[in-house]
Amino acid sequence: METPQLSSLYQQLILEHYRNPRNKAELKNKSVEIHMANPVCGDEVRLQLRIQDDLIEEAKFIGQGCSISQAAISMMTTLLHGCSLAEAEVLAECFTKMMQGDLEAAQDKRLKDLRALQGVSKFPVRIKCALIGFDALQEALKTHAREDKS
Amino acid sequence: MTPATFDPATIRSEFPTLEQSVNGRPLVYLDNAATSQKPRVVLNALQAYYENDNSNVHRGIHELSRRATVAYEESRTKVADWIGAAGPSEIIWTRGTTESINLIANAWGLDNLSEGDEILLSVLEHHSNIIPWQLVAHRTGAVIKYIELDERGRWILEDLPRLLTDRTKVVAISHVSNALGTINPVKTVTKAAHEVGALVLVDGAQGAVHMNVDVQDLGVDFYAFSGHKMCGPTGIGVLWAKGDLLNSMEPYQGGGEMIHFVGRDESTWAEVPHKFEAGTPNIAGAIGMGAAIDFLSEIGTEAIASHEQKLLGYAIEQISSVDGIRIYGPQSPSEHSALVSFTLGDAHPHDISTILDSEGIAIRAGHHCAQLAMKHFGISATARASIYLYNTQSDIDLLVEGLEQVQSIFA
Repeated sequence: METPQLSSLYQQLILEHYRNPRNKAELKNKSVEIHMANPVCGDEVRLQLRIQDDLIEEAKFIGQGCSISQAAISMMTTLLHGCSLAEAEVLAECFTKMMQGDLEAAQDKRLKDLRALQGVSKFPVRIKCALIGFDALQEALKTHAREDKS
Repeated sequence: MTPATFDPATIRSEFPTLEQSVNGRPLVYLDNAATSQKPRVVLNALQAYYENDNSNVHRGIHELSRRATVAYEESRTKVADWIGAAGPSEIIWTRGTTESINLIANAWGLDNLSEGDEILLSVLEHHSNIIPWQLVAHRTGAVIKYIELDERGRWILEDLPRLLTDRTKVVAISHVSNALGTINPVKTVTKAAHEVGALVLVDGAQGAVHMNVDVQDLGVDFYAFSGHKMCGPTGIGVLWAKGDLLNSMEPYQGGGEMIHFVGRDESTWAEVPHKFEAGTPNIAGAIGMGAAIDFLSEIGTEAIASHEQKLLGYAIEQISSVDGIRIYGPQSPSEHSALVSFTLGDAHPHDISTILDSEGIAIRAGHHCAQLAMKHFGISATARASIYLYNTQSDIDLLVEGLEQVQSIFA
């Protein structure tokens, strides 16, 4: 296997989000909260969404972990504001595909800053770090759907 | 080999895994506290057993079984001699330190702990010396107490008189911390524990590797360790316990080999150690561990320890010189076994590890299965470089270069 370049991993944009995470705060009037942790490495996120009529009005998180996990969550939350639940689902699928090495998904402009994380797909042991935020999002969407029905 | 001729380069050439490139760089393996590499003699012993003597132990009346049994039991004797046990019957083969501790927590704990009894652990313990006790505490109503740590991660011994009471039944502590490298004052605690009539179990996963362990001198009651951290195969470990304790305990698991007579409702047990070895054991693993002990004995534990101490001193000095490094645990090599636990500025340990990996350097990053110790320092993870007999100054120099790269990426 060709040695993946570190520069593809630690891009300035990623380090910038790591140092200045967006939407890192407790959310008031949250409709759903998911706590997700990777016990192997200690990455952790509590993702909080306020959802109104199938629209994510606000997304915030509390978390700790490596630059990849925290930057990915920060970038994700910026995209979720005003996003429909269906669009959020698409984002999650698209990002997951990009992490699995799908080049077409990596071209998808809807991912915006998240495309800076494409390089993570070449570091198999770090893919889980990048995915923890979206894993929490998918869990949150499922939980909301269940609670909405009941 | 005498200490004067101790040559890590020669020793290194005995380890096939170390002769490779990772990410285009010669491998620098500094994750020895997780598991050590295996020398050729150990690999050969495993292969020779499977090629020539493979059969079950203590069962078959045939030549192969005889040979396997002899080799398996010879290894037990080597382990007994290695740690100064009274004899091979005090050596129980297990899957590793974790199973050894679980064995005691269950076979001894369930029968000897009751509501309100106290189990004393330390905040520094590996999860494998916490969870088995939590499980047994939940079932018996026993209570867990902890020896707290000071700012350097040392046990606060002044608390002992308060922590040890007439309800304390067992004290379970590590010989050497896997998270910080602290060499713990096991003898002091053991003496105090025995004064209140408590038994002492020592998690020796990191201890038996780096120092001459003499269980008689330590004066403890149970000592648990693993083969894979000391050049042996994975899946083989040891529980040492005083013979009378083993005789007084009920079996841990039931099955073949551990019985004497089997009746419809009641059975009787084999003598120790076989009473605690239900089922076909890890025969190859035990033989491999015997080969590892031969290998280490030939080089000499003192020579190894002195090499490691020198290298550790160098490592602490060099790593400290990198901007933004914070070393956790004791700083002086004399209080320290062969590892350094650190953080670097705001670079998360996983990021440190990924960057080092790209230079072919293997370290461990994370909570090291010691979340209580991490919490004590208010952190979630550290980076840990751990050394062994085959590491050299050049390994440390490459590590430091790698850390400087981390520093520049996260600057």
